[in-house]
Amino acid sequence: MGLSGIEIFKKLPKTNCGKCGVPTCLAFAMKLATGKAELDACPDLSEDVKEELGEASAPPVRTVVIGTGEQAIKLGGETVLFRHEKRFENPPAFTLLLSDKMDEAEISAKLTKFKETAYERVGIVLRPAMVAVKGESKDTSGFMALVEKVCNDTDAALVLMNEDTDALSQAAKSCSNRKPLIYAATSENVETLGSLARELSCPLAVKGNSLEELAEISEKLIKMGVKDLILDSGARTAGKSLEDQIIIRRSALMKKFKPFGFPTIVFPCEMTDNPMKEAMIACQMVAKYGSIIILSEIEGHSIFPLLLASMNIFTDPQRPMAVEQKIYEIGATDENSPVLITGNFSLTYFIVSGEVDTSRVPSYLLIKDTEGLSVLTAWAAGKFGADTIAPFVKKCGIEEKVKHRKLVIPGYLATISGELEEELPDWEILIGPREASHLPAYLKQLKIED
Amino acid sequence: MTIEIPKIAYAGKIKEIPLGRGENIITVGGESCCPFHLFEGAMPHPPKIAMEVYDRAPEDWPDTALEPFADVAGDPVAWARKCVDTYGAEMIALQLASTDPNAEDTPADEAAAITKKVSDAVEVPLFVFGSSSVDKDTEVLKAVCEACEGKNLIIGPLAEGNYRAIGATAIGYQHTVMASTPIDINLAKQLNILLGNLNVPDDKIIIDPTTGALGYGLEYCYSVMERIRTAALVQEDERLQFPIIANFAKEVWKTKEVRLSEMEAPLLGDQKKRGILIEAMTAQCVLLAGADILVMRHPEAINLVKESIQDLMIRGES
Repeated sequence: MGLSGIEIFKKLPKTNCGKCGVPTCLAFAMKLATGKAELDACPDLSEDVKEELGEASAPPVRTVVIGTGEQAIKLGGETVLFRHEKRFENPPAFTLLLSDKMDEAEISAKLTKFKETAYERVGIVLRPAMVAVKGESKDTSGFMALVEKVCNDTDAALVLMNEDTDALSQAAKSCSNRKPLIYAATSENVETLGSLARELSCPLAVKGNSLEELAEISEKLIKMGVKDLILDSGARTAGKSLEDQIIIRRSALMKKFKPFGFPTIVFPCEMTDNPMKEAMIACQMVAKYGSIIILSEIEGHSIFPLLLASMNIFTDPQRPMAVEQKIYEIGATDENSPVLITGNFSLTYFIVSGEVDTSRVPSYLLIKDTEGLSVLTAWAAGKFGADTIAPFVKKCGIEEKVKHRKLVIPGYLATISGELEEELPDWEILIGPREASHLPAYLKQLKIED
Repeated sequence: MTIEIPKIAYAGKIKEIPLGRGENIITVGGESCCPFHLFEGAMPHPPKIAMEVYDRAPEDWPDTALEPFADVAGDPVAWARKCVDTYGAEMIALQLASTDPNAEDTPADEAAAITKKVSDAVEVPLFVFGSSSVDKDTEVLKAVCEACEGKNLIIGPLAEGNYRAIGATAIGYQHTVMASTPIDINLAKQLNILLGNLNVPDDKIIIDPTTGALGYGLEYCYSVMERIRTAALVQEDERLQFPIIANFAKEVWKTKEVRLSEMEAPLLGDQKKRGILIEAMTAQCVLLAGADILVMRHPEAINLVKESIQDLMIRGES
């Protein structure tokens, strides 16, 4: 961010060698400026220039990775205050809190739930991301045993929490190969934990009792050369937390204030004893800038809506979500079930399939690839006309599944029904309602058998 | 180290709209900052919740949503009283769902009579929603306006196709209107301009930008609300400086995920808590995007949201 293509161009070798995959250095500079190319693609840059340009082109909120391998969690990298300005980059990591004060049965039950909780939606798997292991008893061996148990039990990325710096250091060293987040550097232990994080190459959380203190510690750590920080402003009420999160994000974006240019960690689990309320506070933080959200429990009825909220807020607003082109069977379908067709914009699919479900009339829903466009937009763009619908209906296999030949098309496509009947001579084209909400009434009166 | 808060300069302000009448007026709007950004502006009237009442016994609600109202379903007057007396409703939203031509197609005069009875039975501000059928709503809402003259009901949806007829009638009988457009900031602005041209007073307009449920298009509604609110406050777009209503309960409670039992979907947890949280979190998101009025259904979801509004209205110490 920040540097223009021309400013970047001045630093490039100007050889136009083409090794980066782009014919000229100027073209490469333009791509760099818009984030569409990587600096490393140029083989002739000196390390100094790389560092200079890298820093200037880095997002104002640093991207921090916790964990390793497939379970690694990427946070931050944010460049905007509002999702409609561009998009939010990395969804929050919902993190289960386990404490050495809990008994073994509770820990095992919570871990099991954590591991089995995963939902597939529009081809994306949604799940809680990390486990936080907190040492609260004075007993280091108990804490270490819990860390070991969690390490053995799950590959998930970890947050290690302990106010006892020695115990925390010992735990971090024991599993540093998994790149856990060390929680947390405070005014009292900043030197010790800063050195530790640098030595182990682990990300480090910073906790202040105010934004001022947070900035001071963070600045100290940056000077020490610790690169991957996670910020905790110490706020433990919903209102204060909202304020702090907004100030941190704005400082990073609007003022390029380095001490706040990092992802954050928030603790709904410490703000209430009511699990329902805890979920509401967590939801607030999904929308307003929490990166690691620590929860006291993972229960389907609260984590599922939270994951939905996170998916909604972090969807790229410039790219419509699409579902797979295929036949969707809703309910116990048979050879006499109605056949409906619509486009593959995910929202269209969710709403139409939901209404069909509500009707309790088992039906086949044909979803045709319209590149994620809604029905009318797709039709206008030439992606949902008779010429493309007909071959899809013939090839998708629905003719083997039903013995009738009646196809319900969206009401908004009424004008193509004649054309579609010509392209699909065996089929009778029925015009469905314009609005999905009228589908249940429509399906209930629909007569398939003559 | 002192932290200088990077503030946004808000030149605009949301209009204050009085709802209802007499001693029971509730004012909404008046914000001079983004939602709950109390460190840089004021929110003189915290967001309010209107509790849904239906004009007929619901047929397709999951038991978890129907249970609190099972004893009053089919009797909109008793239902509205229960919302106020038992659940402490601040406002009521009467959904005239049975007027839908695809449902019972209840005639306009009958709908107006029901509305009149409900408006006589409760003192709190009353929102009245038609079925979103452009032609039928024209008949129904005109009749409602006439039957409840001078009560300052809040009626809608007024859409591109019927705002003239309903708007003119609403002015005549002194009601407030909800200008409804499909998830688009430009259409929202356009309709507000048209209402202004029709001489609907500025203190009688609420924006209904359309709201989907969590997981069902909420992201679009969320961003349109944020854009409407920032355009109103930062760019001083005068025709967008109205309070926003989010009418989402009916969307939430028809989704598949509130209907599945724990037996059918064990990973989705307790069905009742799940439905309550999906409704309450939809509310939480639109609150943070700029909604001033929420139309909600489940009493426990409402309690969670009320508490959340209270918490967000306190700047608090850390």
